[in-house]
Amino acid sequence: MRKMLAAVSRVLLGVAQKPATRVLVASRNFANDATFEIKKCDLHRLDEGPPVTTVLTREDGLKYYRMMQTVRRMELKADQLYKQKIIRGFCHLCDGQEACCVGLEAGINPTDHLITAYRAHGFTFTRGLSVREILAELTGRRGGCAKGKGGSMHMYAKNFYGGNGIVGAQVPLGAGIALACKYNGKDEVCLTLYGDGAANQGQIFEAYNMAALWKLPCIFICENNRYGMGTSVERAAASTDYYKRGDFIPGLRVDGMDILCVREATKFAAAYCRSGKGPILMELQTYRYHGHSMSDPGVSYRTREEIQEVRSKSDPIMLLKDRMVNSNLASVEELKEIDVEVRKEIEDAAQFATADPEPPLEELGYHIYSSDPPFEVRGANQWIKFKSVS
Amino acid sequence: MDEELERDEKVFLLGEEVAQYDGAYKVSRGLWKKYGDKRIIDTPISEMGFAGIAVGAAMAGLRPICEFMTFNFSMQAIDQVINSAAKTYYMSAGLQPVPIVFRGPNGASAGVAAQHSQCFAAWYGHCPGLKVVSPWNSEDAKGLIKSAIRDNNPVVMLENELMYGVSFELPAEAQSKDFLIPIGKAKIERQGTHITVVAHSRPVGHCLEAATVLSKEGIECEVINMRTIRPMDIDAIEASVMKTNHLVTVEGGWPQFGVGAEICARIMEGPAFNFLDAPAVRVTGADVPMPYAKILEDHSVPQVKDIIFAIKKTLNI
Repeated sequence: MRKMLAAVSRVLLGVAQKPATRVLVASRNFANDATFEIKKCDLHRLDEGPPVTTVLTREDGLKYYRMMQTVRRMELKADQLYKQKIIRGFCHLCDGQEACCVGLEAGINPTDHLITAYRAHGFTFTRGLSVREILAELTGRRGGCAKGKGGSMHMYAKNFYGGNGIVGAQVPLGAGIALACKYNGKDEVCLTLYGDGAANQGQIFEAYNMAALWKLPCIFICENNRYGMGTSVERAAASTDYYKRGDFIPGLRVDGMDILCVREATKFAAAYCRSGKGPILMELQTYRYHGHSMSDPGVSYRTREEIQEVRSKSDPIMLLKDRMVNSNLASVEELKEIDVEVRKEIEDAAQFATADPEPPLEELGYHIYSSDPPFEVRGANQWIKFKSVS
Repeated sequence: MDEELERDEKVFLLGEEVAQYDGAYKVSRGLWKKYGDKRIIDTPISEMGFAGIAVGAAMAGLRPICEFMTFNFSMQAIDQVINSAAKTYYMSAGLQPVPIVFRGPNGASAGVAAQHSQCFAAWYGHCPGLKVVSPWNSEDAKGLIKSAIRDNNPVVMLENELMYGVSFELPAEAQSKDFLIPIGKAKIERQGTHITVVAHSRPVGHCLEAATVLSKEGIECEVINMRTIRPMDIDAIEASVMKTNHLVTVEGGWPQFGVGAEICARIMEGPAFNFLDAPAVRVTGADVPMPYAKILEDHSVPQVKDIIFAIKKTLNI
């Protein structure tokens, strides 16, 4: 009733540019929730997998939609800023893979832990940082989440351990975080992500071994977007069944373009780990629209047709939107509203990220050591000294 | 380590053979029996993996001691030490500390040949974000490991296999459970007036032997035990050189880009340069991969006679 009055008054005041349908929207009844069928996961060493149906509430649906759209638009804005040379160095974008970061977050608690590699902007957002802080870190400003000192690949948040630049190194780190979870006895799990390219790193197999041996609550997640830089999976891996490559570790292969599938698989995997059975492996089959990084157009090793096909048939945001609209969980207009709000949020964040000053030169030497009294750091020659503060 | 494990339940030890074998060099003897599987963890032979696991555990708030059976094997894991541990506090602008200790024997042993004899003081000492310590005697070993464990930063502790078996008298204050040696401070082991001799780890003992011999000839050496490679206590070295006007550095590692090279460069840049009456001189390991045959090995590491020779050359005697 309140919504209707507000909507009516807006129309009467003529303030908002919103169409008259706003009034109709407010008075329409949406379903509270809907049940959807999701793809069955391929299983490795598991008798049962995640459920093949799931219930999506309107509230959750709107939340997931907004989050995925925010990640999408944030990445596209980063693309734009990079081309304007306002972002420099490395910039690895995850547009196309939104169902992964949003779906994983939907399946765990904020008190769980997550670590990933360099395609990390989406996770940085889903783990709790604002678009503002993320974009300002990309543009290397003092308002960035790492005060401009880390850049694209080195963003950190509570229970989010980056953002790691060395391919594969984050996997043993994740197993170590899982060790700490088990050590502390708080039923927390660690999501340890890596790509199809990184899956061939030896240290990952070392981590599998120790995680299984010590029954660490570690969910190994291979985000398989079919290409490790410019090398397709068939050209890099003798076995492309990434969900099986944990060998003695049970695994599941998940449709990474369907956020509900990702969510259910994550809940399943987290429950498995929390029960003390040890690690589990999830392969998320997904796709990136951009090339490997901003310096890769992304079409020398794959076809534009392939990219277009994924966009038109499997786009994660489109899939969620269609489901919600067709089940009366939301209206097209309502979702368009969210799009507008998200665009504004991103635009404001980009403004900030462009206008915020760079970190002060005096702080170049800061943060070498933790918890130490200040000391001097040498600059480019013996007369240039920087103060170092913890 | 026992004292620190008892003091703080977040401290734990992992590495190859540290638990049921009592430590490859018996350094962790008795710990597994006392603390069990949760705190003393035997790892498979997976340096890159377990070093990464240790760093991750430190990021998540525990205080791991990661043992490398020798630092030669740390090369397998060096990416985790440098890129995951050393640089993270800086890259995160102070959000993510990494309170970890990497420890194990470093440098030459006896007859173990080239792949097992390298000194890593220069390699690790090169990197901002790391602290690197190098104990000589028992007091150093105790005070430095305790400080390293209590430090909230990644600390590399370069022990020495040949020193494990050498006993020292432990002074009264060093026997306390809270005896700590500050990281970043050198110690003057022997006062002298004619020349400053700076060393770290086992060579400190050789320098003291050389000093004893030279004392009979009326030459009084001031012997400085660096104790810490990074951050280096250059102030102590400078103060001493400004007093003695002569400098010899001694280390077990290779000469090129070594610890002595860094000391000499810094002396040139600082106030002590104008007090030098002769160029600073370095005594180092020979510039070869460590040979096996005893006669060759003996001549590939700095001996007391080499130190004496260098000191006399510097003093023009």
